[in-house]
Amino acid sequence: MFAVVQFPGSNDDRDMAFALKCVLGVDARLVWHAETALPAGTQAVLLPGGFSYGDYLRCGAMARFSPVMAAVRRFAEAGGPVLGTCNGFQVLCEAGLLPGVLRRNRDLHFVCDFVHVRVERAAPPFTSRAAPGRVLRLPVKHGEGAYTASPELLARLEANGQVVLRYCGPDGGPGGNPNGSTGDVAGIRNEAGNVLGLMPHPEHAVEAAIGGRDGALLLGSLVDAVQAGWTPR
Amino acid sequence: MSAPGERPVDLALAREHGLTEDEWRRILAILGRAPSFSELGVFSVMWSEHCSYKSSKRHLRGLPTRGEHVLQGPGENAGAVAIGDGLAAVFKIESHNHPSYIEPKQGAATGVGGILRDVFTMGARPVASLDSIRFGPLEDPKHQHLLRGVVEGIGHYGNCVGVATVGGETTFHPCYRGNILVNAFNLGVVEADRIFLGHAAGVGNPVIYAGSRTGRDGIHGASLLASAEFDETTEEKRPTVQVGDPFTEKCLIEACLELMRGDDVVGIQDMGAAGLTCSSFEMASRAGTGIEMDLDLVPQRAANLTPYELLLSESQERMLLVARAGREDAVCEVFRRWGLEAVVIGRVTGDGRMRVRFRGHTVVDIPVDPVAASSPELDRPAREPADLRERQKLDLAGVAPEEDPGAALEALLDDPNLGSKAWIWRQYDQLVQGNTILRPGGDAALVRVKRDDGTPTAKALALAVDCNPRLCWLDPRAGTIAAVAEAARNVACTGARPLALTNCLNFGNPEKPEIMWELREAIAGLGEAAEALGTPVVSGNVSLYNETHGVPIYPTPTVAAVGLLEPWQAHAVSHFTASGYAVVLLGEPREDLAGSAWLAVRRGLEAGVPPRVDLAHEKRLHALLARAVREGLLVTAHDVSLGGLAVALAEACFSGPAEIGADLRFEDRMRPDALLFGETPGVVIAAAPDAEPLLAAAREMGVPARAVGRTGGARLRVRGPGGAVWLDAEVARLRAVFERALPRRLEAGGGRP
Repeated sequence: MFAVVQFPGSNDDRDMAFALKCVLGVDARLVWHAETALPAGTQAVLLPGGFSYGDYLRCGAMARFSPVMAAVRRFAEAGGPVLGTCNGFQVLCEAGLLPGVLRRNRDLHFVCDFVHVRVERAAPPFTSRAAPGRVLRLPVKHGEGAYTASPELLARLEANGQVVLRYCGPDGGPGGNPNGSTGDVAGIRNEAGNVLGLMPHPEHAVEAAIGGRDGALLLGSLVDAVQAGWTPR
Repeated sequence: MSAPGERPVDLALAREHGLTEDEWRRILAILGRAPSFSELGVFSVMWSEHCSYKSSKRHLRGLPTRGEHVLQGPGENAGAVAIGDGLAAVFKIESHNHPSYIEPKQGAATGVGGILRDVFTMGARPVASLDSIRFGPLEDPKHQHLLRGVVEGIGHYGNCVGVATVGGETTFHPCYRGNILVNAFNLGVVEADRIFLGHAAGVGNPVIYAGSRTGRDGIHGASLLASAEFDETTEEKRPTVQVGDPFTEKCLIEACLELMRGDDVVGIQDMGAAGLTCSSFEMASRAGTGIEMDLDLVPQRAANLTPYELLLSESQERMLLVARAGREDAVCEVFRRWGLEAVVIGRVTGDGRMRVRFRGHTVVDIPVDPVAASSPELDRPAREPADLRERQKLDLAGVAPEEDPGAALEALLDDPNLGSKAWIWRQYDQLVQGNTILRPGGDAALVRVKRDDGTPTAKALALAVDCNPRLCWLDPRAGTIAAVAEAARNVACTGARPLALTNCLNFGNPEKPEIMWELREAIAGLGEAAEALGTPVVSGNVSLYNETHGVPIYPTPTVAAVGLLEPWQAHAVSHFTASGYAVVLLGEPREDLAGSAWLAVRRGLEAGVPPRVDLAHEKRLHALLARAVREGLLVTAHDVSLGGLAVALAEACFSGPAEIGADLRFEDRMRPDALLFGETPGVVIAAAPDAEPLLAAAREMGVPARAVGRTGGARLRVRGPGGAVWLDAEVARLRAVFERALPRRLEAGGGRP
């Protein structure tokens, strides 16, 4: 069962559940932020986009204190796969489950558009369905999506292969960074490899006529990993 | 009555509240005594132009509002039409003009918040928004500031609340220098048998207040601010602008929708303009009941609020509900789970009176109906503007022909009115809820319909909002007909069948006979076009007094159309999709440049009698488009509007994922500039792998159609009779000009782009 956490102010929770249930055909349930435990049988956790608690303090800063986040942390520490998109990525960074921070976009505007990202690392549990170097077309929609890391942190992420997705041009070449992220980083994973955060929205690219199917490669990889009983080494 | 904040009331004080001597006498007659201060506040907001529609309602009555699909016409919080399989679309457009000029970000944000509440109040989940926004010239730093603020406000609220903004329109014109327009449209989807109304029914039922606490913000915002012209004191009115909290709104939406899946809610309405007063009076009036309530129970965020303030505050994100007796705790519990306050503040009564208590005093005791349903109605004098004939004078023979059509096309694409609006809509979440099939930038947005449980359907709704204010200034009736025709045509270009309309009538001061004449003419045009196209008007809003120092805006009757497409998998797009396709012109361009963008941009003239809309042709054209999409006879359909054929062709060439040129030939014996830049209504550019089946269908349905060439190459080439080259432009260059139209001006303004 795939647990989609619902914070007050989550917007893409229903869309994520729709993508998993109606498109990928797996069991997905919304889990209310006030729960202190994940439902029995949870195989993966998804933190959706939106504006949790209004994001009035700092994106994701309040959500990390949600009762459910303690359960998500335990789940992640036990090796369970956790995927955070957009606000979910911000929550993961605020909670310390991923390194770095997300800051206001370079031009200070909210941006909603389709961008290209290159798959830097094709491996379970999040990118096994894509070949390395594959360029995906996915939407972004955020005001605070500039991934920011110190040069030392960025070097370490690169060395460990933790940069999973990178903004690029349509042909995979340089360019296409919509928000000023350090190193064109669009998505990173933790060292163990079971926690991924990304600014683009795979759940809004799962139907050919509505945003394309590239997002299904990422979510489908997660489905494959769960069904294969994937665990971090 | 000597409750806190009360003071003696006389005619002079009534006048300060915007009431006339006539209205004052009427109040005395209704009450049989002088009103309390709180009661004066109630009358002043309920009888304000904004809430009572007193100048417009006798004219609005003539609009066609019924039809086979119409489930709810005007008079409720929003209109509703059936879309089949037990589902309904609920929609409305509303203005937030005056507040947005004073405080653009919050003014626009709360405009979005208000229209969302009108829709989810009906039980519908809001799924898509449009915005129609108009500013003074973009070269003016003040209007750059207003544009940035309004766009940020619309984006912030819509993005945070999780409702996609899927389209809209933007105008820059000197007539909006003193009064910008911000019209917000929202559409929601609901099970047709689960539509909720704003009825305070059932004597003894509890009246529940839910949402944000009440503060001093927005007192007289809608009533006084939006019901008077701007002048030197306008800046002082900033405190009347409300502040929005989209997070609270998001929680309100979820809590209300959850409640409305059950049977505990009897009636519900948002507290919008005139706050608690308007919502309680309207709910009681519609149900023929009364309400008694105790203001001490209202959740408050400021100390020492007077009853007057509590009744008139326009604090945002508040709802008034009538619940089934005995279920109040269950209702309040749902709100509490979403982190919201909800309390019982009164009961429904059977005596038709509004009784309001505060600290043991009765501060309001008024019969409901004379205030709400039977509010004053004016028959203001109307007179054609003395200079109207002058405006309409245009001798085309005296207008110098375009010397350089290529340069003219670039000048038009670079004009902020015609150039790309991506700078605006990229700041809006266009995708949330996962239904956006066609995004902004085309003729209409197309949004797939899901059921409330998330099940996708084969239905999609097409949405468009339009008004060309220049045409309305030249002839308000013809201009409004053109706005209806264009909105419906844009919807039809996706393949959808236009179902119904909503409208926002933005005009100047109705106390001037010329403005009243414009308003009357526009409403007549709206009715005529709605009738002819079979698209009833199911909701709307009137915004008057858009005037500063006696200078009014151009008449701006904004029209939004909603259409249904099923199955949505077959739909047309507004750009060319492949090379080698036949380009077919549907409809016949006439030799006319009256009121065109070309005439304004290249000759500095706004003049002429607007080109007549042939509504019978228009209806046939829409039917042809629906059939052609259904039968796969075309893949591209793009409306010819502002900037004429040349601009429409350029957009079709560069608006898709790949630039695709076209090589076209016309045999029309007319001025080349009239063919290229004329704005004859009812003309659509289509493209299909093969022209013949489309031409045959057009013949059958009585729509003039001809093949004019093929797509392909990197250039847009248009030839006239004998093969003379009328236009030859590189598509990539046109695209660059189009895309830079807004950013280059915003950068030149010195601020961040």
